[in-house]
Amino acid sequence: MQPDSHAFIFLNAFLINNFVLAMFLGLCPFLGVSAKISTAWNMGLAVVFVMLVSSMCAFGINIVLVKYELEFLRLISYIAVIASSVQLVEMFVKKFSPSLFRTLGIFLPLITTNCAILGLALFQTNRSYNFTQCLAFALGAGAGFTLALILMAGLREKLELAKIPDTVTQAALSLMIAGLLSLSFMGFAGLGG
Amino acid sequence: MPADPRAPAKLSLETLTQGIWKENPVFVMLLGLCPVLAVTNTATNALAMGLATMFVLLCSGVLVSLLRNVIPKQVRIACYIIIIATFVTITDYAIMAISLDLHKALGAFIQLIVVNCVILGRAEAYASKNKVVSSFVNAFGMGIGFTVALLCLGVVREVFGFGTLFGMDLFGPNFQPWAVFALPPGGFFVLAFWLFLFSYVRKRRAAATTLEEKKHAA
Amino acid sequence: MSEAPTMPKSSKLITALALIAMMSGLLVAVTFQVTAPRIALNKQKALEKAIFAVLPEATSAGNFLLQDGVLTSLTAEEFSQANVFAGYNDAGELVGIAMEASARGYSDVVRILYAYEPKNQCILGFTVLQSTETPGIGDKIETDADFLKNFDCLDASLNADLSSLANDIITVKNGKKVNAWEIDGISGATITSKAIGNALNQSANAMLPDLAKNQALLEKKGDS
Repeated sequence: MQPDSHAFIFLNAFLINNFVLAMFLGLCPFLGVSAKISTAWNMGLAVVFVMLVSSMCAFGINIVLVKYELEFLRLISYIAVIASSVQLVEMFVKKFSPSLFRTLGIFLPLITTNCAILGLALFQTNRSYNFTQCLAFALGAGAGFTLALILMAGLREKLELAKIPDTVTQAALSLMIAGLLSLSFMGFAGLGG
Repeated sequence: MPADPRAPAKLSLETLTQGIWKENPVFVMLLGLCPVLAVTNTATNALAMGLATMFVLLCSGVLVSLLRNVIPKQVRIACYIIIIATFVTITDYAIMAISLDLHKALGAFIQLIVVNCVILGRAEAYASKNKVVSSFVNAFGMGIGFTVALLCLGVVREVFGFGTLFGMDLFGPNFQPWAVFALPPGGFFVLAFWLFLFSYVRKRRAAATTLEEKKHAA
Repeated sequence: MSEAPTMPKSSKLITALALIAMMSGLLVAVTFQVTAPRIALNKQKALEKAIFAVLPEATSAGNFLLQDGVLTSLTAEEFSQANVFAGYNDAGELVGIAMEASARGYSDVVRILYAYEPKNQCILGFTVLQSTETPGIGDKIETDADFLKNFDCLDASLNADLSSLANDIITVKNGKKVNAWEIDGISGATITSKAIGNALNQSANAMLPDLAKNQALLEKKGDS
């Protein structure tokens, strides 16, 4: 597979360099919202959605910034665009699909401070992807985030019934599981090569 | 010092030490974990990242505190984010000017300091309510706490993962590096072990105090 | 927080936001202006270091841009747009050409800078620009002596009508190398070794035929 093909970009962000387990992006929601599979799934959906929107916005912004040689304003404008696009998405969903809003509701504001979103925008700029490559990258990253979240939630649901030593805090245990997951995701390296 | 009408926290040693031990952003509050795990594969990177974060913390803390009476409450978060993003961009360019290799090692994580919840949290919870000096001291304490936490991980991961410390060879040529520590899973494992250790120490201490109290009662 | 009866006018909010945005814009712009020359210098130094690492005999370098089969000479300041770097010795003779190549490695893209010697039509060596290969395994490509021996003079001669390589560069299993255009892989780091072969083959096939046609421009040393 060519390194700039859409399939590879998707696969790379989805499995090989999973945003959460290999790049450590979006850890706060990963540890915070992964107690139940159902919430994990909703959070994942919200992230995929916001990633697609903000990836497109960031692509547009970057073209403008490069045209006027204002690259040094990139970070400030990206963060502003992401924050406002999350707001827009929230309003849009609230207006047109109240039921979806109820499921995604509380997760949307959380996403603004999710470094995976800003990371996505920065990485796609660094690697100078074109528009469709950006979409593949955003889709892969979102799917990878969702996959990691759901795997984690499944494991944690099982662990609720397990007996663990009382010095082991919830956070340490979650990190341990995340480490094991990350170890197993390393097996995807070299996939499709 | 004249009393501030909004009853700010008193400037004391506590202001400084709070961030280092009792409210350590990484080990106690579990904030800003992304860079903690991502760039701590060597002690040098960890130190650089810690210092960069501290710089942003200090500058944004001071500026937010200076402007605390100017910024309207309704748009405060937006203002804080703009201020933080400004200083992050400055840090980014400064690091590029100092060492390109370091910039390459830290990669996009310098720019991702923007979304580090520690900084926004400090701006919102402390700097917006307190005087410049105490905001500075508090941010300094938090920055030290964050840097120490990063170093804790960086040192362990570099020693085991590469057999070096700050680039100096420790074990000689026969050492077989324990590569997993330098790889992503190692980051999760090492942080988990530090958390185990801290909760163990805390549990021991709590147990010791209850024992002491029982003795007093007897 | 209770609903304050003194909700400020939106004009005040906008003014405050605009003032802060202007201030931060100013700060960033000033920093950018101050650091820009230093950063450009650093980048140039890093690039030269890489070029002189693959072309140890070179003492100066010239920047060229190869696009759509046309080679143009660039000034030293335009190094960031260049994709072909010619290395010259003290006498001003062309000792080799350094070019960038990249291919998929084990965990992500591996980017290398490699040296090509037009005189003997062979590849002399490479240096890794960017890689996230497994420490201790994939990064052997830079340290493994047997692997580096492949690049004493890796055959990259062109075919008769100068349209592509006479023989594609290919990575073979460890110890199976018979021809001058084959790379003896590292056992245990097969995928990374293959990535180097692929990168070299792809780049050489794309660049070398055009470079051969523009040989004259490369031979003479620019004023950079």
